[in-house]
Amino acid sequence: MTHYIIRRFLLLVPTLFGITLLTFLLIRLSPTNAALIKGGGGEGGGKAMTAEQREQIVKFYGLDKPPLVAYGNWVGKAMRGDLGNSFADHRPVADKILERLPLTISITGSALILSYFLAIPLGVIAAIKRGQVVDRTISFVVFVLYSIPSFAAALLLILFVAGGDYLNLLPMYGINSINASEMSLFPWLWDRILHMILPVVCLTYASLASISRYARVSMLEALSQDFVRTARAKGLRERVVILRHALRNALIPLITIFALELPVLIGGAIIIESIFTLPGMGQLMFQSLDSWDEPVIMGITVLAAVVTLLSYLVADILYVIVDPRISYE
Amino acid sequence: MTNIVPPPPLLKVEHLKVYFPILGGVFRRPVGEVKAVDDVSFTVNRGQTVGLVGESGSGKTTIGRAIIRLTQPTAGVISYQDKAISKLDSAAFRPYRKKIQIIFQDPYNSLNPRFSIFEIIGEALEIHFPAMTRADRRERVAGLLDKVGLKRDHLDRYPHEFSGGQRQRVGIARALAVNPEFIVCDEPVSALDVSVQAQIVNLLQDLQEELGLTYLFIAHDLAVVEHISDYVLVMNQGKIVEAASAEAIYENPQHDYTRKLLSAVPKL
Amino acid sequence: MTMPLLQVENLGIHFGPTVDPVKAVDGISFSMQAGETLAVVGESGSGKSVTALALTRLLASPPARYVSGSIAFEGRDVLQLREGELRSLRGKQIAYIFQEPGSSLNPVFTIGYQIREAIELHRPEVRDVTAEIVHALDTVGIRNPASRLGDYPHQLSGGMQQRVMIAMALACQPKLLVADEPTTALDVTIQKQIMDLLKDLKRTSNMSILLITHNFGLVAGFADRVVVMFRGKIVETGPTAQVLQNPQHPYTKALIECVPKLGQKQHRLKVIDYAGIQ
Repeated sequence: MTHYIIRRFLLLVPTLFGITLLTFLLIRLSPTNAALIKGGGGEGGGKAMTAEQREQIVKFYGLDKPPLVAYGNWVGKAMRGDLGNSFADHRPVADKILERLPLTISITGSALILSYFLAIPLGVIAAIKRGQVVDRTISFVVFVLYSIPSFAAALLLILFVAGGDYLNLLPMYGINSINASEMSLFPWLWDRILHMILPVVCLTYASLASISRYARVSMLEALSQDFVRTARAKGLRERVVILRHALRNALIPLITIFALELPVLIGGAIIIESIFTLPGMGQLMFQSLDSWDEPVIMGITVLAAVVTLLSYLVADILYVIVDPRISYE
Repeated sequence: MTNIVPPPPLLKVEHLKVYFPILGGVFRRPVGEVKAVDDVSFTVNRGQTVGLVGESGSGKTTIGRAIIRLTQPTAGVISYQDKAISKLDSAAFRPYRKKIQIIFQDPYNSLNPRFSIFEIIGEALEIHFPAMTRADRRERVAGLLDKVGLKRDHLDRYPHEFSGGQRQRVGIARALAVNPEFIVCDEPVSALDVSVQAQIVNLLQDLQEELGLTYLFIAHDLAVVEHISDYVLVMNQGKIVEAASAEAIYENPQHDYTRKLLSAVPKL
Repeated sequence: MTMPLLQVENLGIHFGPTVDPVKAVDGISFSMQAGETLAVVGESGSGKSVTALALTRLLASPPARYVSGSIAFEGRDVLQLREGELRSLRGKQIAYIFQEPGSSLNPVFTIGYQIREAIELHRPEVRDVTAEIVHALDTVGIRNPASRLGDYPHQLSGGMQQRVMIAMALACQPKLLVADEPTTALDVTIQKQIMDLLKDLKRTSNMSILLITHNFGLVAGFADRVVVMFRGKIVETGPTAQVLQNPQHPYTKALIECVPKLGQKQHRLKVIDYAGIQ
């Protein structure tokens, strides 16, 4: 097992190189760059930069170097822990990401946990009541949820339950009310939770839909196995047969789904944080893409890639822990 | 007087070894090996049935897989009509894929559930006889179904509509599609009821007489092997421990392991 | 005459549509005395396994429909029992072993746990459950039983897995063991070991055994009586020796003859002539 984990860690290195190289080249080979956007003028109303000024910016950011050389420079620095400075405000990229990370982790983490907690019971119930009204209702609702894009859901939720056009139950943007700095701890916490509800709901429902489908299929598969018949033949209660013997087996494949859902959630956070103006990593990514802030885009890409690759590794290790038949020796 | 030179054996296996490496360490280097087949030699003459009998893990299935090149031998030579075929590259081996076919044990898992019976049997025809039209293929497959005791209107059905015995008939038709000379029968009746087992064994014998086929018949049940085989090889732990005619194996077993296999056969 | 342990009367089990249903079991009657070993012999689709599962209503209804008859176990009709009563019958009075020992054991629990579960459920009076598990494994011929408790099913060979299934079944000291094709998935050498083990158990305990098989070869020297099933009906029943030596029904005769026999090499194996039956 230790050998396996070491080998997997070694394999992370070339994968990371591939992901970063591809991202870097995509940014560099696009027809625009930070200098063009900064010095754009045009509809912005500001005065367009002169050619010399633009040239200076290009040189300053090293945008004139061949892409592969520039990538080499970036890798060299990144390996020493330096992800460079943002083009926007010249602060270190690492600092900018780290200060925004906790919020994103708390939103995506809550969404992931919540979707598992809701999806598994839904899937199990649908599987037990296969083909009956309960199963069909769950399937219908889940498919409807799955087919609504998260930005559309976010806008509808803001329209109907926040802001006061229809209902004014929840705040519509930000992570705290304006007067939050004057609150004592518990009201502050409550205020924060209220602000988190809509973003977390928007991130949860799509994952909930797919995980509950997987849970249903996985449970049906487990229920059709011979050992379920053996458990019944022993005289165990149906509840024990389902929750102990079948569910334990059905959970195994659901573990890998978590590794598949994580990148989806990170992608979702970019949109949801922007809509709800939450100062998290997703919003930072959106802003950086908008202003072609190359170092920040690269920094977040590396982080997302590492998180995704590690989650795959964690999923594989969990597999060994929960399924005695699997070993990587 | 002329000297009659006996024809060479159809299949000749010499000092065959198949070892599977046990990998270990960070870089998955071999740290040991499993000797699945350990220095096995035998010959099969044209029109004969040679039985290969042993328990699970004895290496009998690995030999079958090595002959049709699903497994690469570690050492030794497999010759077909005096031509070494175990070292040929896959292009040079292609003609032999037509001559040598296999029937698998599990009729439930060895047929693709999404393919119709026509597609399952006709696929090999498409590969080996590219000039055949679809109508020709259908005609040929219908003829094969008839040969193995199925009906023409089974052509467009799917495997799940058939019983275990019927599926094994489909497996036999698939093997016969390309006019093979030699068939590796890998436990073809082990998963079947005794009543169906008898039908399939009889079918294999009929086809052998009609088409002049040669069989390597792999099984764990000595009673079936003794019935169908001219010559029997008894395998244990990767080695052949006894080789004799079917009558001699029953009447005068030499090895303890053979006696153990004989005593395991239920007596009526 | 004492009350039989098991008395099946005119049992009918249907599947599929109510109009023109599949009559998996079509009005069969048979009985078993305590301590008796009965073999139900038939091909796939004869209804023998459906009958076996019906004895504790393990066949879910729907899709199965129990359309007629009764299954009296010690005088009580299983078909009339409530869920709770059924659960105390299963495992405790009637235990099962199945065809595929590999898939019949739960892959994510140790064998020790799976046996423990049965003992704790049906024999709450047992103080030292671990000792009881070790004893059960010892009875079925597993060496060093105490060291095997933490093994998972996949770590054992097929024959060992079936021994574990038998140990699990015996752990609750049932009155009837239903062995549904217990050796079909195993090599003949392992088949012999398992059948020998069942013979030993038969000799040393007063447990009744109902053997379900397609192979007449397993019946000789094992069962006291035989029931032959064909397409949901019983075509013949009688003492084993009598049925084997002098089968009355052509189907029985054919089923006996199609078993290949060592040293009697025929040109062709006998097959069943279905057209000639009934």
